[in-house]
Amino acid sequence: MSKAKTESKNTKKETTGNVKIYIMGSAYEVPATLTIMKAMEYAGYKFTRGSGCRAGFCGACSTVYRKEGDFRIYTALACQTMVEDGMVLTQLPFVPADKPTYDINNLTPSANTILRFYPEVARCLSCNACSKVCPQDIQVMDYIQFSLQGQIDKAAEESFDCVSCGLCAIRCPAEIPQYHVAELARRLYGKYLMIAPSYLDERIKEIIDGKYEDGFKELMALSKEKLEERYKNRDKE
Amino acid sequence: MKLTGGYTEEMRKSIDNVNKTRSKRLDEVCAHMTMKERDEVLKNYHPDYKVDVKRALAYGQNKGDIVPVEVADVLESYPLINPDDIDLSKIDYDVGVLIIGAGGAGTAAAIWAHYSGIPVDDILVSSKLRHGDANTVMAQGGIQAADRPEDSPLIHYLDAIGGGHFDNIPELAKALVNDGPEIIKWHKDLGVMYDLTEEGNFMVLSGGGTSRFRMHSAKDYTGLEIFRVIRDEYRNLEIPTLEFTPAIELLTDETGRVTGAILYHLETKQYFVVRAKTTIMATGGFGRLHVAGFPTTNHYGATMDGVLLAYRTGAKLRNLESTQFHPTGAAYPEQIVGLLITEKVRGLGAQVIGRNGEQVCYPLEPRDVEASAIIRCCSSTDNYIETPTGMRGVWLDSPLIEEIRGKGTIDKNLAAMDRMLQRFGIDMTVDPVLVYPTLHYQNGGVLHDEWCHSSVPGLLIAGEVSGGVHGKNRLMGNSLLEVNVFGRRAGIQAAKEIKKAKVGKLTLDHVKKTVETMDALKLKEKRYGPMLLPEYRSEIVRDRLVQLYESSL
Repeated sequence: MSKAKTESKNTKKETTGNVKIYIMGSAYEVPATLTIMKAMEYAGYKFTRGSGCRAGFCGACSTVYRKEGDFRIYTALACQTMVEDGMVLTQLPFVPADKPTYDINNLTPSANTILRFYPEVARCLSCNACSKVCPQDIQVMDYIQFSLQGQIDKAAEESFDCVSCGLCAIRCPAEIPQYHVAELARRLYGKYLMIAPSYLDERIKEIIDGKYEDGFKELMALSKEKLEERYKNRDKE
Repeated sequence: MKLTGGYTEEMRKSIDNVNKTRSKRLDEVCAHMTMKERDEVLKNYHPDYKVDVKRALAYGQNKGDIVPVEVADVLESYPLINPDDIDLSKIDYDVGVLIIGAGGAGTAAAIWAHYSGIPVDDILVSSKLRHGDANTVMAQGGIQAADRPEDSPLIHYLDAIGGGHFDNIPELAKALVNDGPEIIKWHKDLGVMYDLTEEGNFMVLSGGGTSRFRMHSAKDYTGLEIFRVIRDEYRNLEIPTLEFTPAIELLTDETGRVTGAILYHLETKQYFVVRAKTTIMATGGFGRLHVAGFPTTNHYGATMDGVLLAYRTGAKLRNLESTQFHPTGAAYPEQIVGLLITEKVRGLGAQVIGRNGEQVCYPLEPRDVEASAIIRCCSSTDNYIETPTGMRGVWLDSPLIEEIRGKGTIDKNLAAMDRMLQRFGIDMTVDPVLVYPTLHYQNGGVLHDEWCHSSVPGLLIAGEVSGGVHGKNRLMGNSLLEVNVFGRRAGIQAAKEIKKAKVGKLTLDHVKKTVETMDALKLKEKRYGPMLLPEYRSEIVRDRLVQLYESSL
């Protein structure tokens, strides 16, 4: 790859004009105001993989890059990150990571459950590479440690903002699929430790028993004018 | 350009006005509009009421319906395939139920089809992109369900019908609200982390147009949390899925019944013939058509494929004249224009403020009314804020949230919003956010009954692709509910239907008929559909595109 001379990496360029980026090794001039995703489209790429929600929720566009003259590996969501001069980037089309199957109804919220399906969690080296790579700034290593210690609530809370981009699993020297571990921890927490209020079951019973059927019949038989009247005069909490 | 805290000097001046009036506005919320005021602002400012962005459909069972031109363009298009090129005698997948679309509705449908007795090997799910690349995971604010003692399904019904301008199909609205508590229970049993209060009740907020605190949330990742739990369940059940393999046509038989679909693998370019006793259409909405030129909150694949495919088989549509513009899309900075600033921000107390620091309107009107009021402010007054790229918007006073509810509320409840804005240099706990309406939701779609039957035998409908549930305007939190309620119902219904379904000879006769109809219309521009993916490559690139291989095959 030819390397163009660029300005010092640490001074951010003006947000106007063009920057030079490298997409899988090829150089392109793109407007400096674009996100990585829009810059790739500007350069001519039409996504099949690598573009999902385009708003930072789905993890389809995990991107790995270096900057010229900088040994570090950076990661980002392409839809949520602006281009910078000298970026050398590629996208992760897919993350291979085994997800065991289980019946959530027959589990207990404990470290043993985590270890039964993900014994590799015990191999965590506490190197923190997973946390460093997370585009959501989640303390990934912390939630892996929490789940190993059976602190299911903390593991669930810490991992909550995960978008399953899989970058952690790719970087982990202990080969742990962190984001799958997190899903199990959250489901255990949501099912067994966050108990739904009792009024939920009561309301379901009322509906099944037909308590509201007469009310529906009455509302559905009203003329539009009468219904509008009812709507206007409904009380607000 | 010099930016302070992400904003220009000019914008800073207006932010000073917002800061000055904040303490005064703490307990002085602008009054609701009357029904008459609502009608007026809608008629004058909502894009739905503009005639120059719409036209009458030229053919088919909804001929004459006035719909957005972008919608008409899709419906008045030639098929991507020549029916004669497809060998229908070689069936690649022969299943009981084919589910087209793998967002919230499709995933719920598959799970419930299996719960209702269909073996997993008799189910096939087609996804255009990855399983879950859908608007469902982007729904932030919450899901409505009338489960609290202070609430009832009847009140929820009235809210939904009034919000929909009394044009909802009553039976569908009833199904929607009546199944709500059951859906929340299903989610809880699977392990969805709905927010709870310290007392152990659901943490609930009010949304635009709702008269009770009914919005259940999981921070501002509600759709993502619900979806990743049901997807995990789906994966535990090992239901067969084809990713990157959208449907490009439905199949019919000699009676006109839908009998499966032609799928197309976007990466290997192969087609597959799927024969199915029942087909569930759950392809989602149309944000990527950019109706009336608006940016959108929708995911990359939201191109209305399902409505088109169903229309070609003769399915009736409904309410496609109506488009939901979310009142608060990001208007600044340029990189995130159109992305959703969740209604939960207003649910937590943020007000909508003009350049002068005064409120523009009551912050929680139904979405279409709120959006129209913001458009009015930006087009007929000078009380708007202009960005360096010429975009107009109004302030959403997010710092007010922490004045009302205490420090840390935003971090705890709006983590996704906060994170996105931080990435672009804006701190919403300190500064307001600039917003303008953005294309959010396909209010109408394929007509169906309360058990998801379309007007064509063999074709069930669930989710945003459908029409009739929300009338002319959907309330916040009713779409996450809809995908679950009707996805579940479609799955249950499919399990009943496949027992008695008789599938005749597979044909693409309706596609041949589509070609003839398009020829007869003598369209000026020959368009092809479904669109599958929108085109965002730059003009320079598009001008130089050359198709090398297709003709040599």
